[in-house]
Amino acid sequence: MKKRFLKPTEDPLWLRLFLGAVAIAFIAILLLLPLALVFKEAFANGIGAFWTAIKEPDTLASVRLSLIAAGIAVPLNMVFGIAAAWCITKYDFPGKTFLVTLIDLPFSVSPVVAGLIYVLVFGAQGWFGRSLADNNIHILFAVPGIVLATIFVTFPFVARELIPLMADQGRDEEEAAATLGATGFQTFLRVTLPNIKWGLLYGVLLCNARALGEFGAVSVVSGHIRGVTNTMPLHVQLLYDNYDYPGAFTVAALLAMLALLTLALKSLLEWRYADELAAAHRH
Amino acid sequence: MSLTVDSVAKKFGRFPALNGASFVAPQGGFVSLLGPSGSGKTTLLRILGGLEFADSGSVRFADLNWLDMPARTRNAGFVFQQYALFKHMTVADNIAFGLKVRPRNRRPSSADIHKRVTELLDLVQLSGLEARYPSQLSGGQRQRVALARALAIEPRMLLLDEPFGALDAKVRKELRTDLRRIHDHAGVTTVFVTHDQEEAFAVADLVAVMKDGRIEQYGAPADVRRNPKTAFVSEFLSA
Ligand SMILES: Nc1ncnc2c1ncn2[C@@H]1O[C@H](COP(=O)(O)OP(=O)(O)O)[C@@H](O)[C@H]1O
Ligand SMILES: [Mg+2]
Repeated sequence: MKKRFLKPTEDPLWLRLFLGAVAIAFIAILLLLPLALVFKEAFANGIGAFWTAIKEPDTLASVRLSLIAAGIAVPLNMVFGIAAAWCITKYDFPGKTFLVTLIDLPFSVSPVVAGLIYVLVFGAQGWFGRSLADNNIHILFAVPGIVLATIFVTFPFVARELIPLMADQGRDEEEAAATLGATGFQTFLRVTLPNIKWGLLYGVLLCNARALGEFGAVSVVSGHIRGVTNTMPLHVQLLYDNYDYPGAFTVAALLAMLALLTLALKSLLEWRYADELAAAHRH
Repeated sequence: MSLTVDSVAKKFGRFPALNGASFVAPQGGFVSLLGPSGSGKTTLLRILGGLEFADSGSVRFADLNWLDMPARTRNAGFVFQQYALFKHMTVADNIAFGLKVRPRNRRPSSADIHKRVTELLDLVQLSGLEARYPSQLSGGQRQRVALARALAIEPRMLLLDEPFGALDAKVRKELRTDLRRIHDHAGVTTVFVTHDQEEAFAVADLVAVMKDGRIEQYGAPADVRRNPKTAFVSEFLSA
């Protein structure tokens, strides 16, 4: 019988099976099971009840508010993220490392602290509290505060995705474009953007998922006014605290669906443009 | 109408990469910057291309204060050692790039651009490959595309930074013969960086031997070879 040797990088069969089982068990227990339960609870009384719960005015208001917050935060952070990544990777300037650290700040700071920062700045006792109140401008416990908090916590996603990508690509193509007579804007549009579009898309999808799902920071600045300043995650908690379990699970299922939709979109694009992705990575 | 490089100096931090480099080349000349690695060849070339800025010194070319112009308006074709092709564009789009980004009043019609791309592909002997992407080409083919792309803008100066450095000996020889033929055909003032003396002497009209950010000796290949002015030059040439 021919003796079969293990490749240097190959582990014994029992170990591979064991590790595989552990991974699958983990995913099943921690990810799939809870997700399935959310949907089971949401549809426990049938699809009709699900719809009635969604059509609840306060629930619709929370959906609308979440979409507004994400709709403002995501495009802004896309522009900020591209600008920051562009500066950091295509130019040398003093304080660059500091800027990179600053971009990571929202990741390292607890969202609750982020929310409290806004209370300190815009609250009644805060720096601008007085002048804002005098001019009848409402930021805290109103939509602007929620949008600001969402922008803060989702700021790093696009920049974080783009910085390593753009650093890896270097400045060669941009320099070539300049010597060929392209303006800075033409270079960005025709050279840089096509090279980063996949990373940008991932960053935007992640940013969007987090913007819709953000709880901590938004919770601090929201004030939890039903139907006015409650986003979807906040509304889930409010319903849950009021023992409205079907309602809570309905909104939770809706949030989960949005997340799954994001994932599906990402996979679809990956599948549709697999060749282009591979070509971009190969080079 | 000649190229006059006068005492160009450049420091990176406190490190002097260029220590006052000067040379004069006639219009349409073919100059080779030759020297060991780290002698400042790339830095000087990038300053000529507008990709790096000199701390002091001046460059006059075609009666222009060359260093005051941004890279974009110099109309100097640059060929990089690592090709720097636009990897998401086909060969044809790479070559057409410099024409497509021109302001509308100076931009050729798409028919003219297509015609020009076809001519250039013919010139660099890549006809038939216009629809390929850079990743589908060999190193030698990529550098031919880079050369065609630089020539497409009808440059008044052609700058090449060890363009054949990453290629094998046979392809190098082929390409440098082609480069010389193309230069003679277009009559464009050319500065060619290399650390390979055989290559420099074979292709250029004038050779500038560089060391530590300075030009040690400058002259026709035969003169430099016959009368090395410093110990460094004679040692470098006999290596
Ligand atoms: N961007 C840079 N930052 C710091 N030092 C540099 C930079 N570019 C070049 N140098 C230094 O300047 C010197 C000359 O470099 P270069 O012009 O690339 O030489 P060559 O092309 O002849 O090999 C080298 O010692 C190199 O390390
Ligand atoms: Mg070099």
